[in-house]
Parts: sequence; C-alpha cells; structure tokens
Amino acid sequence: MIRTEELLLNVGPQHPSTHGVFRIVVKLDGEVITEATPVMGYLHRGTEKIAENLNFTQIIPYTDRMDYVSAMTNNYVLVHAVETMMGLEVPLRAEFLRLIVMELQRVASHLVWWGTYLLDIGAMSPFLYAFRDREIIIDLFNELCGARLTYNYMRVGGVKWDAPPGWMDKVRDFIPYMENKLQEYDNLVSGNEIFLARIKGIGQYDAATAIDYGLSGANLRCTGVDWDLRKAEPYSLYNQFEFDVPLGKKGDCYDRYRIRMEEIRQSLRILKQALQQFPEGGETMGKVPRVIRPPAGEVYVRIESPRGEIGCHIVSKGKAEPYRLKFRRPSFVNLQILPKLLVGETMTNLITILGGIDIVVGEVDC
Amino acid sequence: MSEERKEEGKALTDEEVEAAPPADAEREAKLKAAAEARAARAAAKEKADAEAAEAEPPKPKPPSPKQPELDAIIALLKREVADEAVEDAYVNELNGDMPTVIVNNTHWRAAAELLKRHKQLQFDYLRNVSGVDYETHMEVVYHMVSLSSKREAAVKVKTEREDSSVYSATPVWATANWNEREIYDLLGIDFPGHPDLRRIMMPDDWVGHPLRKDYEPLDSEV
Repeated sequence: MIRTEELLLNVGPQHPSTHGVFRIVVKLDGEVITEATPVMGYLHRGTEKIAENLNFTQIIPYTDRMDYVSAMTNNYVLVHAVETMMGLEVPLRAEFLRLIVMELQRVASHLVWWGTYLLDIGAMSPFLYAFRDREIIIDLFNELCGARLTYNYMRVGGVKWDAPPGWMDKVRDFIPYMENKLQEYDNLVSGNEIFLARIKGIGQYDAATAIDYGLSGANLRCTGVDWDLRKAEPYSLYNQFEFDVPLGKKGDCYDRYRIRMEEIRQSLRILKQALQQFPEGGETMGKVPRVIRPPAGEVYVRIESPRGEIGCHIVSKGKAEPYRLKFRRPSFVNLQILPKLLVGETMTNLITILGGIDIVVGEVDC
Repeated sequence: MSEERKEEGKALTDEEVEAAPPADAEREAKLKAAAEARAARAAAKEKADAEAAEAEPPKPKPPSPKQPELDAIIALLKREVADEAVEDAYVNELNGDMPTVIVNNTHWRAAAELLKRHKQLQFDYLRNVSGVDYETHMEVVYHMVSLSSKREAAVKVKTEREDSSVYSATPVWATANWNEREIYDLLGIDFPGHPDLRRIMMPDDWVGHPLRKDYEPLDSEV
C-alpha cells in the first residue's frame, strides 16, 4: 500500500529563483501545493526609521536601495513628494531629463525581468541578451551621474547633473537599436511552444481580485483594468506624450509577459517624443531654499514605477527631517496575492508565478 | 565613557564662555547692533502685518473644488453610519486638495464597508495604509481611490498610544492585510479582526516596535 504524507518544503531565502533573500514555506501533497507562507524581512534595513533622522537630500540615496533595479523612479517619488509639499517649480529641462531617465529605467528594469524570468523557466541565453542590452542603459546612466545602479541623480527642485555633450545622441541611437532587439527577442522567445505551455493560463486571477488585493502595474493591467498612473493621474510631463497602455484579458502569466514587452516599446515611443521636444537650454535646478523644510502637514504622492504604483507618504512638522516617511512599495503589495495563487499549483509553477509577479526584494522589505 | 567625556567637554566650554573676560568693546558693539537690528526687523514686520490687516480684511478663500466631494463623504457617513462617526474633516491643500476625513475608531468598520461599497463613493482600491506615531496618539491613514471615478480620499483613524487598536480593514480590502501587519510590527497597533496578525519585517522574537518615537534600540551603537 502506498502511503502519502504532507511534505513541508522550504524555498529560500538563498535561492536563485526568489530574486533576492525571500523565503517561502510550502506544504506539498505530492507535487501539489496545499499551503504557502511567504516569509520576508531578511532585507529589512529600516529605511523609514533611518529617514526620520535625515534631511530630505540625504534620504535620496536610501531610495536608490529600495528598488535597486529601478532606482530612478524611486528618486522621483521622494523628490516629487517634497516638491508637492513646498509647491516648488521644476525647470522644464530638468523635468525632461527626469522623464527620459525614468523611461530608460523602465526599459532597463523590464529587461532585467525578461532575462531573469526566462532564466527561472529554464532558458539561459535570453538572460545574456537582456543584460547585454541593459548594459547600454547602465552605461548611459553611468555617464550621466557616475553610478551604475544607485544613481542619487534627482534633487528636490531639479536634477544633480546636466546631460554631458553627446549624451542625448547616444540615447537617440539606442532607441532604434532596442526596437530591433525587441523584434529579435520576440522571434526568439515569444512564440516558443515550450515557453507558452509554461506560462499560458498559469497564475490566473480576475479584475475584482486584483483590485481587492491592491495590485498595480502589469499585475493589475493583465486583467484588463486600464490603470496606468502616467495616464490615469498624470504627473511630470506624461500628458504631453502619446503612448498606449497595453492591457491583458485573462490575467495569467502570459498576459503579464506580453504587457511588459509592449511597455518597453511604449517607453521607447515616449523617449522618441521626449528627445524631439527636449529644450535646448535652461536650468537643471529650480529655485530651492538652502534648507529644505516642507511646511507642516502631510502629503501622499504616487507614480508608476516599472513594478506598479510606488507611493510616498510624508508627515512633516515643518522641520528639515520628515516626522514620518512611508513608502508604498509595489513589490510588497503585489506579493500579497502569491499564497492565494499558489494553492493547487504544482511546485514548478511556483517559480513561474513568483517570477511573473516581478518583485525586487529590496523593495519588499524596504 | 564617551558620554562622560562629552559632558566634560560641554561643561568646559560653558565655563569658558562665562569666564571669558567681558568682551572687548568691538564685540559688545556688534552684539548691541545685532540686537537693535533684530528689534527693528521685528517692529517693521509687526507694522507691515498690522498694515496688511488694516488694508484688506482677510477675505475668505474660495472653497476648494474638492469641497463638494468631501461634503458628500461626510453626509453619507453621518447618515448611513452614525452622527458621531466623523470626528473631523478637511481638504488637504498641500496634497492637491485631498479630501481627508477623520473617522471615529468605534465606527471605522462600518465606515470602511460604506466607503468601499456605496454607489456614490466606490472607493474600491486601497492604495496605501500608513501608521503614524504622533506621540500624543497613534493614527492609521488609509489612502483610497475609486478606479471608476478617479476620486481620492484619505481616511484617518485615531487611537490611544497605549493599547492602541484599530479595527482591521482586511475583511473589506484584502490589500490591507500585509500593510496592517507591517504597522503592527513597526508601530505596535493592534488590528482586531485581522486574520493573521504576526510580525512581518522584524524577527518573531523581537522586543518593541521600532518605528515608535520612544523606541530605544537594544544596542544604540549599532
């Protein structure tokens, strides 16, 4: 007689497919998951507590380290919150520079996701291609601000550095290059039978569930909910550009894959227009008081990061340091749906679903 | 040890200041001039303020365009939940005129239900939950938005600092689950009705709640 019993399996925190130090404890019945408990906090650095003793310019480097795959958008959400509180004007040139680096960052971030997702599923070479092309963006950022990942580029009221001579031309050259490569990626992977079999219909949920769980980014839009903050609640200069918000229908891993691929194309489209409209001269820093002291009160601002809605809630008492600073991190909120999706799935699909959510553990733990 | 030295150093400088010979005439003159300048500035400011007050009586600010939205929320809460459900309400000008309502703790659960499900409001998307330690009290802030009408609101619930507890919003919005766990972990606010209230960031055996203003780390050097 065959006897079966429940198996408790620990995945992580040191596991390449958890994209950082994230751990999940699963209960298995044969190969089917009956219960999944995510365990996090391994990368908790207490950013919010540290920030209470720092002035706002000093906090910017800490935001780089939250979502280290998309540091530019993190920079932006903090400086945007402070600017909203103080009613500061940002010079047009600085705002264009910010928008350009944020869209480049979105492309870079989605490339990391694309490469690592396929690596999770078992394809080695796409990872190398994605990192080869992301490297170009990293080099551009390096030239702009001297850092490859933790840029510390934006400041309250503007940006730290103007684009060096010839930088814009390099960005301009990158766009057609990337468009070509995207076509190559699609030819290589997007129609692959094995790959499709692994992701179609996996990790499915409907729009009502997605909204209830507060999902954002591709995780929300894969169910057909048209909610991209660049369009829904425009910030920066996004209402000046034409771009589409790709939507899914079924809410499965395949839809999320397709949306992220399409978002790279749309980002390139925005970049093209931004480069055309980029102002010739102008300041890169607005008029900012020597000591940045937002008035007493509170503010919540949110922007669309590559992973979804990243928000910043500042409570100020009129001092140079925030009284309380809270980040709404999309990875953290999106991850909540994982235990629900995993019940009834097989162990192999755990990796597919987790990868499809697209988390960065630095942001989950903050 | 280091603290002792610090105090010593401080005492020394204080002494020095006191023991310093009555500053030379130049320094005294400078001090006097500075004091005069300060007084003159203060007087000028007072005068200007008085003039401004006389010149134009403070005219009432035009009501915010979001005021009707806020009024609708208040009216519904008062009618459907309870009269005393709304403790306070205002339009947050710093934040693009965000309608902000402070809901009474005992009525919060019914209010949350109403905010999400009522046809006029439909705040179906809870975007953020933050806890704030105000030293006099604790506050939990819920930022919500209606995806269909794009209207926003911030709802605050106040609670005492000791034995603080706020009804969990997880049965209403599933997304509140981990957010509330994080607040419980870092600020020590209890959420009755939460399905799984455990620490989420700190280790399970951690003592204290780090984001509280009176939190003292075990080893302050680290």
